Amino acid sequence: MLGYTITQWLFGILSFLSIMFGLMVVFSRNPVNSVLYLVMTFFCIAGHYLLLNSQFLAIVHIVVYAGAIMVLFLFVIMLMDLNQDNEPQKTWLTKIIAGIAGGLMLFVLVGSLKGSEQLGIAQNGSSQIGTVKNLGKVLFSEFLFPFEIASILLLAALVGSIMIGKKEIK
Amino acid sequence: MLTFIIYKAIICVAVFALSLAVAAYSTLWERKLSALLQDRVGPDRAGPFGLLQPLADGGKMFFKEEIIPNVSNKFLFILGPSLFMLTALMTGSVIPWCKDVYVAGKLYSVQITDINIGVLFLFGVVSIGVYGIMIGGWASNNKYALLGAIRASSQMISYEIAMGIAVIALIITSGGTLSLREIVEQQDAGVANVVWQPLGFIIFFVCALAETNRAPFDLPECEAELVGGYHTEYSSMKLGLFLFAEYINMFISSAVMAAFYFGGYNFPFAQELYDAMGLADGSKWIAIIGFGAYFTKIAIFISVFMWIRWTLPRFRYDQLMNLGWRYLLPLSLLNLGITVAVEFFRGHLHF
Repeated sequence: MLGYTITQWLFGILSFLSIMFGLMVVFSRNPVNSVLYLVMTFFCIAGHYLLLNSQFLAIVHIVVYAGAIMVLFLFVIMLMDLNQDNEPQKTWLTKIIAGIAGGLMLFVLVGSLKGSEQLGIAQNGSSQIGTVKNLGKVLFSEFLFPFEIASILLLAALVGSIMIGKKEIK
Repeated sequence: MLTFIIYKAIICVAVFALSLAVAAYSTLWERKLSALLQDRVGPDRAGPFGLLQPLADGGKMFFKEEIIPNVSNKFLFILGPSLFMLTALMTGSVIPWCKDVYVAGKLYSVQITDINIGVLFLFGVVSIGVYGIMIGGWASNNKYALLGAIRASSQMISYEIAMGIAVIALIITSGGTLSLREIVEQQDAGVANVVWQPLGFIIFFVCALAETNRAPFDLPECEAELVGGYHTEYSSMKLGLFLFAEYINMFISSAVMAAFYFGGYNFPFAQELYDAMGLADGSKWIAIIGFGAYFTKIAIFISVFMWIRWTLPRFRYDQLMNLGWRYLLPLSLLNLGITVAVEFFRGHLHF
């Protein structure tokens, strides 16, 4: 089809959809709609994981991000009852600063991706690269130290949130 | 390629039809069983023994007036029940229904898809299912519906964790596979997993009750406090979808429990029976008998779900949260620890 393989077609469609939904998150007026578009973006990113042969990451991405974290987001936004009437108007200064910060972020991302070599996992790696067994082996041997550091970080966040959530500290 | 597509299409339609049929007759069985428990007769007017009652109920749902609140978001209002039904039906796709069958000399597996992350797929779909309730409840623009939706989502998130940890222990005992077919096949010769995982099964069962919003965990639609909960504003078939999806969820979670802990389509002395009947592997009679055994287990689980609903009173909301976080989660962690220790000393785990 037009000289592209089916993987390239899927990649193109998924990329278009994820960018489109990402823009919709920013541009939609209603915060609940924003959250729902963000969920759609996560689904598209899970599709990208599938194209890279990592089924486990794809499904965990859906379970954790779309299924748990975004539900909590939606939960909080629904409880806060945000609408346009009581939304504080931001000044021009904030908007300009936010624009510059976002632009710098984009600059850094583009710069870092331009220098790196192409990720050729989908082409070169075997289809077994993303199974639970292989991922677990790599995670608990080669990347054990960063993995444990990340888990300590999460534990600290957990303890911190419990401390904030407690009414009085004994 | 074409035969493959036709074969998959037939299985998809069959599982879809089976889910709907079981859900429809579960409604009748629920009313009959509640009548039995309360010393009544139950529905017996439509057809012999009331067997046409589900058709009458469904027809009534379609012909009711459809009301969409003026102030609500129409798209999300319709999306809510559709999404809930969609996710309820999607979970049936990884369940193995019976042994492989030879049809016209080729071996076919009676399962929509046997993906190597089947268990995780189930969890993924279940965790998406809560969006149907949340979106529907929010789009109703009604305080009772919103409260019901928020209760549903917090309840489902809380019980998913204990459920997941109970399943991790199960996966360790069945040798680290995430494919449902392999989990079922492993209980083929030996004993069912429930013998090794009794505590895990109890935790899973309680969590399944909570995930399907069945009594005593039906706080999201608790009529004494919240009118109708998340479906207060719904009418006609959109209400029907919400109610119907609950029965499909019940059917699928019964099927998953039977597959995880009670050997699915296997039953004691199955091989001896097949040998005595002179059936070779792949025979259609093996498939039919296995399916019958699986279905008996599912029917028993569905009946237990209903029995619990018509026996136990509803929890209070703080009791529900306490049970989930203070009892089930530590218990499932304990179960996981014991499982890992036992498997390590049996020499099944290597570090």
